[in-house]
Amino acid sequence: MLGNFDFDVIRRALPYLFYEGMTFTLTLTGLAAFGGLVFGTALALMRLSGLKLLGRIAGVYVDFMRSLPLVLVIFWFYFLVPYIGQWLTGASRPISVGAFASSLITFIMFEAAYFSEIMRAGIQSISRGQPAAASALGLTYAQTMRYVVLPQAFRNMLPVLITQTIVLFQDTSLVYVLSITDFLGAASKVAQRDGRLVEMYLFAAVVYFTISCIASFGVRRLQARIAIIR
Amino acid sequence: MNYNWNWGIFFQPNPMGTGTYLDMLLSGLALTLKTAALAWVIALITGSIVGVMRTLPSKGATWFGFAYVEFFRNMPLLVQLFLWFFVLPEILPRAAGLWLKQLPNAPFWTAAIGVGFFMSARVAVQLQAGISSLPRGQKMAATALGLTTVQGYRYVLLPMAFRIILPPLTSEFLNTIKNTAVAITIGLLELTGQARSMQEFSFQVFEAFTAATILYLLVNAVVVTAMRFLERWVAIPGYITGK
Repeated sequence: MLGNFDFDVIRRALPYLFYEGMTFTLTLTGLAAFGGLVFGTALALMRLSGLKLLGRIAGVYVDFMRSLPLVLVIFWFYFLVPYIGQWLTGASRPISVGAFASSLITFIMFEAAYFSEIMRAGIQSISRGQPAAASALGLTYAQTMRYVVLPQAFRNMLPVLITQTIVLFQDTSLVYVLSITDFLGAASKVAQRDGRLVEMYLFAAVVYFTISCIASFGVRRLQARIAIIR
Repeated sequence: MNYNWNWGIFFQPNPMGTGTYLDMLLSGLALTLKTAALAWVIALITGSIVGVMRTLPSKGATWFGFAYVEFFRNMPLLVQLFLWFFVLPEILPRAAGLWLKQLPNAPFWTAAIGVGFFMSARVAVQLQAGISSLPRGQKMAATALGLTTVQGYRYVLLPMAFRIILPPLTSEFLNTIKNTAVAITIGLLELTGQARSMQEFSFQVFEAFTAATILYLLVNAVVVTAMRFLERWVAIPGYITGK
């Protein structure tokens, strides 16, 4: 029962939970969102490039990533990245990659598949006249994308992109399977050390809930503002 | 790459004494499908109820639907599983908690219930979108014909809404299957879990994960194909997908 709920356990663990755990979680979320967006946009451009082979490669990649569970992908990259590193650097043995680098690569590669679908929808939502006008003005393909299409696509899709980032923020908790000290990992380590599972897991749930709630509330505000501009 | 490939590993006996390593993976696949099926039933039933509540004229029902969806959507699935698995038995009255802890197959039931409720919030949102995408006249016509609210939903709104949201429901079902892999953290030996333990026993990392990957892709392909047939079968004449 909740009668012997011990707030002091949480209070004592706060510095560890936030300085170690939450810093890891937020850094991973931010960098993975940025990397995933860049790589995802590249995938979307490949799919819409009109070049059959390029589009095919990107399509297969996106479908492949989207049909696998994230946990399996995390395991894949955790074991694969050292070998890829060895192959790239020509080292004699698989190189050791830190937990952070390994999970960052995983999340960039995985989220890129989801971000690319969002960006593809964003690019397709722009009227044909825009790229036509851009090329009439003499802009090259790269310039058209850089100055005309992508800024609008990005802006139109901003709420969806942020929503996907909230999902990513929640998904980073899955690095737990590699015993990494992200926010949930930190909470779970304290929980097991002190035998206080109820307190720590409830507290972790409340923190995730609060952050995600505030962020999705912000998305709704943003959506309303963007809707007025158009 | 100095990695010792050994694809024959699948036909070697596993250390659990339950046949070959391949049998181990296939039993994981069976558990993945069983968990996903039960979770999907929970998600469809509760998701439909909550989704309908979100479209009712009653303020209380709408508010409950909103709170329900926000509650289950704003926590990571892993945290929700921990809450069901570690926290719930502790905060229940002692007898009920003890019964829960001693339940055989606890990881299976926890995973099915946890993933089920997690997905139900998503089903609810899809169904709400499906119902609100119907022309307003449909509801009015139902009322004008003298149907009660329940009958209106049963005979007019829901049959249309469910057909419209069939494609997004397909991807939610695929998400349900994928999400069962999270239950590896509470000790459920589903497909990812079995691949992981095969890797630990045999050190054949890439063979184990390749096999799991192929099995997931196969399941995906089967579900997508089956849903295509279902979509064609229930298609509404006059709509783009209709005959």
